[in-house]
Amino acid sequence: MRSRYFDNISWVSLILGILRIVILVLIVVGAYNTLSSGKYSAEAWVGLIASGLAQGSIYALIALGYTLVYGILLMINFAHGEIFMAGAMTASFLANSFARSGFLNQSPVLAIFILLCFAGLVSASIAILLERIAYRPLRGSPRLVPLITAIGASFFLQYTFRGLYGSGFQSYPGTVDALKGNLTIGSLQTPITLTQVFVFFCAFALMMALYWLVERTKIGMAMRAVSENKEVAALMGINIDRIIVITFALGGFLAGAAGVINGIYRPQGVFFRMGFFPGVKAFTAAVLGGIGSVPGAMLGGLFLGLVESLGPNLVLEGLGIPGANQLKDAIAFTMLVLVLIFRPQGILGERLAEKKA
Amino acid sequence: MALLEVNDVHTYYGNIHALKGISLTVEEGEVVCLIGGNGAGKTTTLRTICGLLRPRQGSVLFRGHDIIDFPPHTLISKGIAMVPEGRGVFAKLTVTENLELGAYYRQDKEGIKKDMENVFSLFPRLRERQKQLAGTMSGGEQQMLAMGRALMAQPRLLLLDEPSMGLAPVLVEAIFDIIQTINKDGVTILLVEQNAHMALQVGHRGYVLQTGEIVLSDTAKALQQNATVQKAYLGIE
Repeated sequence: MRSRYFDNISWVSLILGILRIVILVLIVVGAYNTLSSGKYSAEAWVGLIASGLAQGSIYALIALGYTLVYGILLMINFAHGEIFMAGAMTASFLANSFARSGFLNQSPVLAIFILLCFAGLVSASIAILLERIAYRPLRGSPRLVPLITAIGASFFLQYTFRGLYGSGFQSYPGTVDALKGNLTIGSLQTPITLTQVFVFFCAFALMMALYWLVERTKIGMAMRAVSENKEVAALMGINIDRIIVITFALGGFLAGAAGVINGIYRPQGVFFRMGFFPGVKAFTAAVLGGIGSVPGAMLGGLFLGLVESLGPNLVLEGLGIPGANQLKDAIAFTMLVLVLIFRPQGILGERLAEKKA
Repeated sequence: MALLEVNDVHTYYGNIHALKGISLTVEEGEVVCLIGGNGAGKTTTLRTICGLLRPRQGSVLFRGHDIIDFPPHTLISKGIAMVPEGRGVFAKLTVTENLELGAYYRQDKEGIKKDMENVFSLFPRLRERQKQLAGTMSGGEQQMLAMGRALMAQPRLLLLDEPSMGLAPVLVEAIFDIIQTINKDGVTILLVEQNAHMALQVGHRGYVLQTGEIVLSDTAKALQQNATVQKAYLGIE
């Protein structure tokens, strides 16, 4: 019996090892074939990287909401994608009226700032309500229970917003004048659009603000204490319920802001189910970076965006797979599966065993 | 009026009757120890006092007010600080951050600064390690940090749960010396210990707990002489 037990283990690791090698070989061969065929110019690659980083920073913003809540409650808030949707949809009306009145083009900085705050506040309030109504009564119940509730809450929010705004597609106003065109350095015109630069820096600023809040303020210190040990944190005089509400509000705010950024980057496709895919992708990003870790979520988001954007052209085309660009989502979820197999704790995460000890 | 008065407290874990009518008092300025074997209910008593467990029956009076209905995070501002079993330092936070959390409810920046200086002069090791993550320190240093953190709250009553647990004998002596120093500075202490020998040396009075009931209470000196205590807890035949 004993030796068979060890045989089993070595079989599993053998198969996993082979899988690792196969994946590596596929990636290298695909990349080599594409690059040696010279089908894409350097400009095209820069463009792909830029769009990957822009998309990735949107994922990162949403992923932070998953990771913050997980860090404190060890719970995956699967309704987080809908919180993103709520902010994005609600702010689209304000954005359109700003565009009609000309405010958006006259003072784009102020207008976009107002939009970000508005969407952030809408999403934050919904996140707070969700915590208060759906999750708080279930605290202390087995971990599967709030998970199922989260899925229910996600449907509830989708159909509430369908009821409110209808089932049709809305859209954000087209590109703001100030963001039209491409980035030029000196006299060199790059394939990077100004919108991409805007998306990246806007997300970056929000992430830095969050990082500062978590690492440098009293509230952030209390959040870190609560995530480490709720009971002792309470003994220090920290009101745990308040910290949990703040955590949901912060995650919600970032998701709402991400909704506006996403709307400016890609104006189409604003409807009541728009939260599902970004939500699942951002969850993937959070797991990828190590769920519970704030820098991990940022890194995971950017990494996922890059892989999604480069993967189809670089690897899949080189392997002769037709319609590679339609396999973006497949790449993202393959990544999720691979991470769960090979490095369940994520890029920056610590092993769960350590956390329990 | 006693600083702390626990009257006929019954605490349950689910259906398990853990405390079967505990009554004890702690007067201002005292060091009172609670000794007893494993599972006697020592930690449960402390957790009931600081609000982490709600008793089904009985009352806990602090300076004359019943505090049973207060949630745990409100008690520290009333003057009750606890050093939990196993120290409970925040491993991923720095020493300074841990100390600042002890003063979380306080607003007076100047006072906090001054108290941090006091803690550093009481535990010079902590000053050397201000920037270090608490989880990377030794058990003794973590115990000092946990005690320093509790002092940052300017408590009137300090609850200490097994401060000697897992420490080398030299450190145990050091910790008990510091307990006496803290007490001389005017902090009342309720001390839970398995190390009855040390506890009765620093304590003024003591209670002996057995399976959720108080079986003996006397001055520390008298308990040291008591035949039952000697046999059961001091290892003297």
